[in-house]
Order: sequence, then structure tokens, then C-alpha cells
Amino acid sequence: MAQPQNTAEQSVDQKTIVSMRNVNKWFGQFHVLRDINLSVDKGERIVVCGPSGSGKSTLIRCLNRLEKHQDGDIFVHGIELNNDVKNIDEIRREVGMVFQHFNLFPHLSILENCMLAPIWVRKTPRAEAEEIAMHFLTRVKIPEQASKYPGQLSGGQQQRVAIARALCMQPQLMLFDEPTSALDPEMIKEVLDTMVELADDGMTMICVTHEMGFARRVADRVIFMDEGQIVEQNEPEAFFNNPKSDRTKLFLSQILGH
Amino acid sequence: MTRKVIKAAPKKTTMKKAIPSDIDTQAGYVRIEDAPLLPPPPSEVGVTGWLYKNIFASMSDFGSVSATLKSVFVAASTLFILYFLITQISGLLDFAIFSAVWSDPEGLKRQACWTVEQGGALPNGWHAACWPFIEAKAKFIFYGAYPSDDLWRVNLTYALGGFMLAWVMIERLPYRKIVGILLLTVYPVMATVLLTGGAFSISTGTIGGATILGLALITIGRLGKAGYVSGAFGDLALVAGVCGWLVILFAAVLAVFAIDFDLEAIDTRDWGGLLITLVVAITGIVASLPLGILLALGRRSEMPVARFLCTVFIEFWRGVPLITVLFMASVMLPLFMPEGVNFDMLLRALIGVTLFSAAYMAEVVRGGLQAIDKGQYEGADAVGLSYWQSMRLIILPQALTHVIPGIVNTFIGLFKDTALVSIVGIFDLLGAAQSTLADAAWSTPVQGLTGYLVVAVIFFVFCFGMSRYSMFMERKLNRSHKS
Ligand SMILES: Nc1ncnc2c1ncn2[C@@H]1O[C@H](COP(=O)(O)OP(=O)(O)OP(=O)(O)O)[C@@H](O)[C@H]1O
Ligand SMILES: [Mg+2]
Repeated sequence: MAQPQNTAEQSVDQKTIVSMRNVNKWFGQFHVLRDINLSVDKGERIVVCGPSGSGKSTLIRCLNRLEKHQDGDIFVHGIELNNDVKNIDEIRREVGMVFQHFNLFPHLSILENCMLAPIWVRKTPRAEAEEIAMHFLTRVKIPEQASKYPGQLSGGQQQRVAIARALCMQPQLMLFDEPTSALDPEMIKEVLDTMVELADDGMTMICVTHEMGFARRVADRVIFMDEGQIVEQNEPEAFFNNPKSDRTKLFLSQILGH
Repeated sequence: MTRKVIKAAPKKTTMKKAIPSDIDTQAGYVRIEDAPLLPPPPSEVGVTGWLYKNIFASMSDFGSVSATLKSVFVAASTLFILYFLITQISGLLDFAIFSAVWSDPEGLKRQACWTVEQGGALPNGWHAACWPFIEAKAKFIFYGAYPSDDLWRVNLTYALGGFMLAWVMIERLPYRKIVGILLLTVYPVMATVLLTGGAFSISTGTIGGATILGLALITIGRLGKAGYVSGAFGDLALVAGVCGWLVILFAAVLAVFAIDFDLEAIDTRDWGGLLITLVVAITGIVASLPLGILLALGRRSEMPVARFLCTVFIEFWRGVPLITVLFMASVMLPLFMPEGVNFDMLLRALIGVTLFSAAYMAEVVRGGLQAIDKGQYEGADAVGLSYWQSMRLIILPQALTHVIPGIVNTFIGLFKDTALVSIVGIFDLLGAAQSTLADAAWSTPVQGLTGYLVVAVIFFVFCFGMSRYSMFMERKLNRSHKS
């Protein structure tokens, strides 16, 4: 494995897991991400919030190349994200993602959903992959559903399976894109509890979410985005109690107002 | 569970509020005993229930004028359809079985199926199947002009294929995957050798050349894997390695074809009847599905060149009638070939039929691919699966399941379209049956009807079989992943 060179020019040291520099992205004419600079350390928990359409999903989807940025540099886990398929594959192996709509594979059982990537991507032997899968299913508290199919589970259970599926690749970084916003209120808590546990175990996480209680509880840093830019970032206490920009104040008053 | 009960309770309260005597001032309403479980009414269960639900329910509403009219209309049309079915089916059974002539012990041939008027012994007005005719022509209808002494080779091919296919389809048997792979790789080679006789004149130079080429490619692949080839050429080296194995496989197949098994060579011009129909249909079916899948993936690919080529290919073959394709294959192709090169007419027809149905298959599969949620692609990408892995493991299994009816539709269409090869002088089932009708020794008024009835029944059995199996597959796949 050729290790990508870690020159000072990249400003990536061992502690940094994500570094985005002057990243810009367009959808056709529309400028979605504008001059994004962001650096995330290992073990850091980041919550990204902002109004709908502000580019939060696009931002984190750029980190594992579900979207392609057109300008600027992104380094993940010391690897540059460019058109090189090898780099992309290597990054995707280290980055887990949880989607709003779970995106479980409906034709595979829960266990198979979790074993698939370790077997095919990491080339883990079957028996070991099964062990890993059961370990993480136990951790998200649904080992007894292993032989069922995604369609037979509740939304909250499906989302926990999705988390376990991502964890089975033993990633260095987890991305969450509004993991609770497709769920009924009674199921939100079980998913948030799982995420809190994960955070307490020291997982590096970037979460797009509007669950402000979760942000206060686990985030090291809250990032507020509007119109494709990072408008404000701060520690949760300062962010919620003493927002600097007017746009943040307006957003917070809307989201916490009711 | 408990949560559900809590949620449900207030609903009951509001529903029952109207009954004042039951109201407890504290709880609103509390049921003290379980409501009894009552047996279902007769309209829900048993034979009468079935009859009621499926037949009489739609014609027993006389509540209003329009409902009465509708009921009467439904009843009348039910009776009419019933009458129609009974007369038609009894007519068919009478023709094929009850009134049919079954044997011809005296060897009268056509006279066995003649009425008194026509010079035979049957009562005037008799009109039914003449089975001795089929019995006499059975060999030709099933095998064409294939030499009678060598029919065991065809039968052995059928038996082997049927046995392996059954093995793959019965779910309790072990090693189904291996048998399936053998069925798709070794069996076609064996069948070719058995049916044609093998011992093709393939020069050792060709086989040796292919082997050497294959070994060279594999070596390049090995070097690439070991990291001696860098950059973009590394991927090319891996591709070369895979191609190398394919070339070696090809050389092995050529070598088998060149071996003399001491079987008499039988020209495909002597093949005919059901044998031709099955060879064309099965080769077409087996080859068109993978080809169609590749074309569909290519048409949705992000690579403009692949997309363009696949689109052109699909649109070309879909835009040309199969008859034209077959004519082109039989008449035009030889014009473009160098003098003396003459490759088998059946092979040409096979290729034409395969490419033709691959184009249709591609569009069916593309429909399935389009029905797959974007989230599935993203989920597969996010866990790190490569393009081919995500297609094979995630996308295609779901897409193909969605379009099983369409795929089988194309298969059935292909099976029936094989009848068109008779236009270019290949005697398929229909062609062979038709040519037996020219035999004056069996000339009777019912000769054609009997022959066509046999052809229709054979076609129907195969197509209906495919249809039923596809429905079974659909149910099975649905069971496994829908709640
Ligand atoms: N594939 C696409 N093509 C064109 N425009 C897109 C595409 N995906 C997103 N957009 C646009 O980019 C903008 C940012 O989208 P994004 O999904 O990142 O917003 P978001 O902050 O995640 O919003 P939400 O909270 O609603 O999820 C939106 O205006 C959206 O319409
Ligand atoms: Mg979003």
C-alpha cells in the first residue's frame, strides 16, 4: 500500500481525520457549497445544523464521494479525495454512513446486510464476519432480529441495523445524515441512545441532525450552515446560549421556539 | 406491546362513551369480560363460502334497480361463458380423444382415417384426430432427418440436460450451485459434441496459439497483481489476467471439439423438429439473459462510449423484424464472407435470434434497474462495494426480481419466435410438422388439424411450464424479503 505523502503543505497531521480546504461545489448553475473550510480531529463529535436546503447533506456526502466536489481539496484519513478510484475505495472503507431512509438491502437478511461489506470489501472470512456482525447487532441491541428481513422491522430497529452495518466495517469516521428525521417520535430515542453510546465510546462522528438535545449532550462542536456556507461554529454551550450571527439566532429561535 | 395497549385504550373509551350505564366515573369505561369469539358466517368458510365469494357474491344484490340489473347481467354472462366453455372443451376432447382413431393395426395409412364417403370405414361426418398419422411421423416431428441409429445421442442430451435442470430446480438437493455451473459450462460443450459428433477440423496451431496467448495474458495479470505494473496499466493488467483465463477456457473448448470421439458427424441440416426448436430456444434464452443484462448496464453506464454503443445496438436490433434478421443471416451474410468460408446456417440463425432477444431483454432489465431506489446504490457505495460488486450483490438481484414477469415474457416470445427459422429452410417443430402434411400416403381431411394440434400442444406445454415456474419463483422471492 503506497501511503499518501503527508507533507506540511497538506496541513494534515496524524490527529486530523477530515480536512476540507476551500471546497466548492455546484449542481449545474447552483452553487451549493461555498468555500468550505473544515477540519475534524480523531475522536471529535460534530453536529451540523442549518435550514433545509443549506447544503448539510451535500457537505457530508462529499466526504465519501457520494457527491463530487469541483473545487478545493478534501483529505479523509490522510488520503486525498480525487478521481482516483483506489483512493475513493480506500476512503469508503474507513468511513461509515447512516442515511435518513436507512437504505438497508431489502433482499438480504439483517445478518447478511451486516456481513456483506466485511466479506466482499475487507475479505473477512465468513465465520469471522458473522461474529463481527453479531457483535455489533448486540451492541445496537437487536441480536434477536438477525435472521429477519429489513421489511419486518420497525423504523427505529432498521436504523439501528443501518448503524450496525456501518460499524461492521470498523470505520474510523461515521457520518450521519438526519438519522432520526424519518422516524416516529417514539423511535427517535432508541436511535439517539445508540448514537450517544457510540459517541461515548470515542467514535469520530459527523452528524447532520436537528436533535438539539443530542447536540448539547454529545457534540464537541456545532456547525451552523446557511446557503452553502459555514456561518458559525462553536462549542454547544456557547452556540446555543450565545449565538453570534443573526442568522444563527433566527434559526435557533425557529427550531427551539416551539 | 404494552405501549400499543395504552394507545388503544382511549380509542375504546370514546367509542363506548355513548353507553351511559357502563360509565365508571374514574376510568370512563372498563371491559370486565372478553368479548366472545364467534364462528365465522358460512359466507366466509368452506365450499359454500368459496362459491359465494367467488361466484355468487357478485350477482346476489337486488337492493336497487341498478344493482338488480347488474346482478342479472352478471348471472347471464356467467351462464353464457359456462355454456361456451363446456361446448368448446367437450368438442376438443371429443376431437382429440373420444372420437379419435388411435391405431392402425392393418397398416391402412390414410384409409384408416377415411369415412365411408371417402372410401374408408368410418361413419360419414366423422371428424376427429388421426393419431396413427402422428405415430408414423413422430420421429420426423421430434428429430427431423436426424439418423435413426443415432437418436440415442439426442435422447442422452435431453436426459442429461433435464436431469441437471431438475437438480438445480429442486431446492432440497445438495451441490445445486456446482450442478448449475456445470449445466452452463460443461453441458453446452457436451451437448454440442453429442449432437454434431464433434471432431471439428480445428488445427492444433489455433489451439496452441490460443493457449499461449492465454498463458501470456495470465502472466501479465499476475505481474499486475504483484505490483510490477504501475498506474493505469495496473488495472489493464488485471483485465488481461481475467481475459487470459477466458482465452484458456476457449482453447480448452476448441480442443474438446477437435477430439474425435468416434461419433458419426451429423450435419445440422439433418436436424429438425422439436430438436431444432429446443436448441434454438434454449441457446437463445441462456445467452440472451446475460447479454441483455450487460447491455442494460451499459445503457445506464456513466461512460458515454459504452452508453452510446449499447443504445445503438439495442435500438438497431429492436428496430428490425426477426424475419429480416434471419433473411440477412441466411442470404446477406455469405455475401460478405470470403469465398469458401461457409459457416453453419443453424449457427447463423442462433446468433441472430440471440442478439435479437438480447435487445428486448436489455430493455426489460433496464426497466427493473430504473425501479431501484437511488438509496440502494448509495448504500452499496457507502459500505465500499465496487461497481460490479454492488451490481451483482445489491442491484441486479432486486432489479431482476422486479422484472421476472417481463423476462419470462421475453423467453416465451423467443420460444415461439423460433418457429420463424423455418422461413430460412431450417425445419423446426412447426416446419417439420408442416412438411409431413405433404405426404400423400396420409392425406386425409383431418391430417392438418391433427398435426397442428400436436404442434400447439407441444408449444403450450413448454411455454406454460416456463410461466408456472416463473410464478413460483416470484412467490418464493417475495416471501423471502417482504414482511
Ligand atoms: N442531485 C442534485 N441535483 C441538483 N440539486 C441538488 C441535488 N441535491 C441537492 N440539490 C440542491 O442542493 C441544495 C442543498 O441540498 P442538501 O440536500 O445538501 O440540503 P440539506 O441542507 O441537507 O437540506 P435538508 O435539511 O432538507 O436535508 C438544495 O437546494 C437542493 O435542492
Ligand atoms: Mg439533507
